[in-house]
Amino acid sequence: MNSRADPVAHVVLVLGAILFVAPLWLVFVGATQDSAAIARGDLSVLLGNEGFDVYARVLAGPVPRMLLVSLGMALAIAIGKIVISMLSAFAVVFFRFPGRHVAFWLIFITLMLPVEVRIIPTYSVMSDLGLINTFTGLWLPLIASATATLLFRQIFVAIPDELVEAARMDGAGPLRFLWDIVIPVSGANIAALFVILFIYGWNQYLWPLLVATNPKLDTIVIGIVKMIAVETQTDWSAVMATAMLALLPPVVVVVVMQRWFVSGLTEGEK
Amino acid sequence: MERRTIFGQRLLPVVLVAPQFLLTLIFFLWPACQAIWSSLTRQDPFGLHSQFAGLDNFVELFTDPLYRASIGRTVFFMAAVSALSMSLALFLAVFADREIRGRTIYRTLLIWPYAIAPAMAAVLWIVLLQPQVGILGAWLSRHGIAWDYHLNDAQAMLMIVLACAWKQVSYNFIFFLAGLQSIPRTVLEAARMDGARGWHRFRTITFPLLAPTSFFLLVVNLVYAAFDTFGTIQALTQGGPGKATETLVVKVYRDGVVNLDIGSSSAQSVVLMIGVIGLTALQFRFLGRRQLT
Amino acid sequence: MAHAGHCDDRGGTASNGLTGTGAGFMDWSSHCKRTVTVASYARSTNQPGKLLMKRRTLLAATVAAPFVAVEGSLGQSSKIQVVWWHAMTGANADEINRLARAFNESQSEAEVQPIFKGGYADTLTAAIAAWRADQAPHLVQIFEVGTGSMLAAGPATKQVWQLAKETGVDLDPAIYIPGVRGYYSLADGRLASRPFNSSTAVMWYNKDAFGAAGLDPEKAPATWSELIAAAQAIKGKIGTPAMGAVKFPVTSSWMIWVQLEQYSAIHDLPYATKANGFEGLDAELKFNGPQQVKQWDRLLGMAKQGLYEYGGRDTVPDALFYSGQAAIGFGSSAGRGDIVRNSKFKWAEALLPIDPEVNAHPINSIIGGASLWTMTTKQRTEAEYKAVAQFLKFIATPEQDAHFHQTTGYVPVTFAGYEKSKADGYYEKQPGTDVPIKQLARGTVTANSRGLRLGRLAEIRNILYEETEKALQGQQSGKQALDNGVSRGDRVLREFQKSVGG
Repeated sequence: MNSRADPVAHVVLVLGAILFVAPLWLVFVGATQDSAAIARGDLSVLLGNEGFDVYARVLAGPVPRMLLVSLGMALAIAIGKIVISMLSAFAVVFFRFPGRHVAFWLIFITLMLPVEVRIIPTYSVMSDLGLINTFTGLWLPLIASATATLLFRQIFVAIPDELVEAARMDGAGPLRFLWDIVIPVSGANIAALFVILFIYGWNQYLWPLLVATNPKLDTIVIGIVKMIAVETQTDWSAVMATAMLALLPPVVVVVVMQRWFVSGLTEGEK
Repeated sequence: MERRTIFGQRLLPVVLVAPQFLLTLIFFLWPACQAIWSSLTRQDPFGLHSQFAGLDNFVELFTDPLYRASIGRTVFFMAAVSALSMSLALFLAVFADREIRGRTIYRTLLIWPYAIAPAMAAVLWIVLLQPQVGILGAWLSRHGIAWDYHLNDAQAMLMIVLACAWKQVSYNFIFFLAGLQSIPRTVLEAARMDGARGWHRFRTITFPLLAPTSFFLLVVNLVYAAFDTFGTIQALTQGGPGKATETLVVKVYRDGVVNLDIGSSSAQSVVLMIGVIGLTALQFRFLGRRQLT
Repeated sequence: MAHAGHCDDRGGTASNGLTGTGAGFMDWSSHCKRTVTVASYARSTNQPGKLLMKRRTLLAATVAAPFVAVEGSLGQSSKIQVVWWHAMTGANADEINRLARAFNESQSEAEVQPIFKGGYADTLTAAIAAWRADQAPHLVQIFEVGTGSMLAAGPATKQVWQLAKETGVDLDPAIYIPGVRGYYSLADGRLASRPFNSSTAVMWYNKDAFGAAGLDPEKAPATWSELIAAAQAIKGKIGTPAMGAVKFPVTSSWMIWVQLEQYSAIHDLPYATKANGFEGLDAELKFNGPQQVKQWDRLLGMAKQGLYEYGGRDTVPDALFYSGQAAIGFGSSAGRGDIVRNSKFKWAEALLPIDPEVNAHPINSIIGGASLWTMTTKQRTEAEYKAVAQFLKFIATPEQDAHFHQTTGYVPVTFAGYEKSKADGYYEKQPGTDVPIKQLARGTVTANSRGLRLGRLAEIRNILYEETEKALQGQQSGKQALDNGVSRGDRVLREFQKSVGG
């Protein structure tokens, strides 16, 4: 199939894009407008007069540092989760060891307990482990959850037996099989997961707020919330400028990972 | 989870599962056990007076008609958000999967909303939909539509369903796209050459091949709607007007964090947890076994 | 699904014992009957593998960078550290940081470190979690509705009088304005927590709109009947060019706090038994008395007539006033900063209107906001508590109190701070900023106006919001709303009482 004119697809996608881009556009233009006007509800859909000076103002403060912290968290969480979930799912699907059903379900039900309830006991566990107020404490508890495990389990279960047989006939052990076949086969989904998990880690607010008291460990979302005052003057244009900056790395990740959606294995056998 | 072909090692799989299992044990199961224990007590926030209360907290929940109404409301909300966000995402993914010019741009534009911080997203929704000063909200009022989610139960529910589904569409879109991309083109070509086109091909080939992705997303979406929507609902309506948008997780926050009623909020979390686990188990049982030929 | 003439073997994969969710997902080997060996497969798909490797190395390096950068810079200092958790953002947070800086520079033994911990509710939760893990901060800013819980916290806190006694630092409660300190004192007058950011309810009105309605812009409605008359005059002129953006006569932020709690206090009506809860955990709610029901019916009636617009809970309706859509807005005195900055019309700050028939001599309103609580840990030393006490003493000095008041818009909590601001000419430069103080100091504090000492007050307010929202939609009367509020609220109070062993 080559690139061809597909007007229906274009119309659908343009409408969809507008639905999803409109808020982003508002944030972008909001950063160039007067905060007081925004508060009054006079947020214009056009670029404002205040220009882009607000970015210089915003970058002069703790924002670059917060971006760095968020970056570290996001990467640690994305990579950490993918690695341990893949190993777990691989073990559960391709081996028969005692307790594997129990292990999978115990890992899986972690999805089902709201974080608000876990706050107090998790905090004391963190304290016992000496992880309060450390960078490791920011991401370590967050890589345990089971979304990725479930996804990998779905993918691995679908890998045809013929492939596994072929691997064994070739003399490949389980780890070789994992590296040479399973991982490549999951390529597109790993890319999707990386995007999702990176963004999940990037947007963490409640957990870093609780676990870290040192302001040097603030994430960018905490930074944005700190700027949205509750009772008095919010500098809305600064908030939106910071939000734009906060959106850049995730969007970059999305764009870069696009290649994987295509270069996955759509070529089939060539 | 029964495969015909497996590997024979016994120790290796245990080693592979160990890291996640350990983390789960320390950071989930242990706190979960403490939460279960808390649900059986009546205690003050600081833990200085703790009395064993047996199932009192649970009895109080289920004899409260307001709580029972919350359960129904939450089920409706979960179904609406999941259905809306999954169907819209699938629709968009099918078109974004096609080999057209500019598809990378479209895809990026459709994925980015997932990247927006929930706090910022909530602010944007308010900026758009606030009845008096919101861009869209004021426009609606000016044109005679009585838009006021502060005092209209149905409108408030509509707003939170839309806001929560909007954010989730990107998530579903990414995975549907990945799923669609993983279908070998040769299969689709073969079907096309066989005369199966458009909707028919989608229904008989594409959609069944998407089954693993769809199942995954259904589970995740229901869990998302049950738990992760808390921030958005709290920011937009705080559960109001009346209790029109108070889902179970909003109530957990209200009782746990605002009210500092540790016993009741733990009991509610246990109920929520059991409910969602049960729902997921049902999904595995009935949807997981479906033959797809 | 037969594709005659094409390689297919779909049936095989579907019945190979998988649960079916994955069957047919990838038909590699069966399609076209070509056997795929590991080697050839790996060859054809090595591209992603290689890219994955390169990417991983690059990523590993990028991950390491933040680790090194962040961990390396979390330094320590040798002075006594006083950790202060607060819930302020924006301009208020700047002022908190300034206070800490000023204290740190004024002496060399101790260093106060303010840390933002989320909103009020999140900050309280964090403090509780921290205390349970023996990691509590030295000072924490707790909102006024959390006072009940903090008073029941026993050994987790050191109340101000205790702190003063143990450290010998003079923390005299008498320097604080009675209307402010009463909320945070014990029944016998000893101070439990240090009043910090305090505001009270006021009425804001749009002078331009008044003029356009034929009312005297310099004369704020002093009674509720005058208010209704003004509202009707304004309503009559809505839509005319002179009225500008005005769409509704009246709105109210913090509706429960302003229209019920404050109303009861200034008219000397009880909100609950046992002196509004000050004298015991077994208090019962009383805000469904006949006068309060009349107040509620009045508001509901105004809403029906289009005189009153419900804008949502808490601070959400603030925007209605400063955007010019509501001509009269009730709210917190702390909202002044937003109005100054965002409004494009002439406005003024005024006392809450009263009902002379209910009480001809109205008394003080009650405060909202937060106070500072001292928390304990097992290893906290005397020197640390002394530093905390000295900080509390520092921020109570007239210069600091006046500066805080003038910068944030919260009221001065000490007499001296108020006097200094008067001497600075602040109230001439910013007319109306002394209105909240005048209202807080009006009359003599009674059992009904000292404040509310009810456990889980936040929940009671939420209950009242819910019941009122139902009434505003016509689903019940004002009396039913308040009665439901009392019965549901009483249940909450009894739960709280049981939970703290009372």
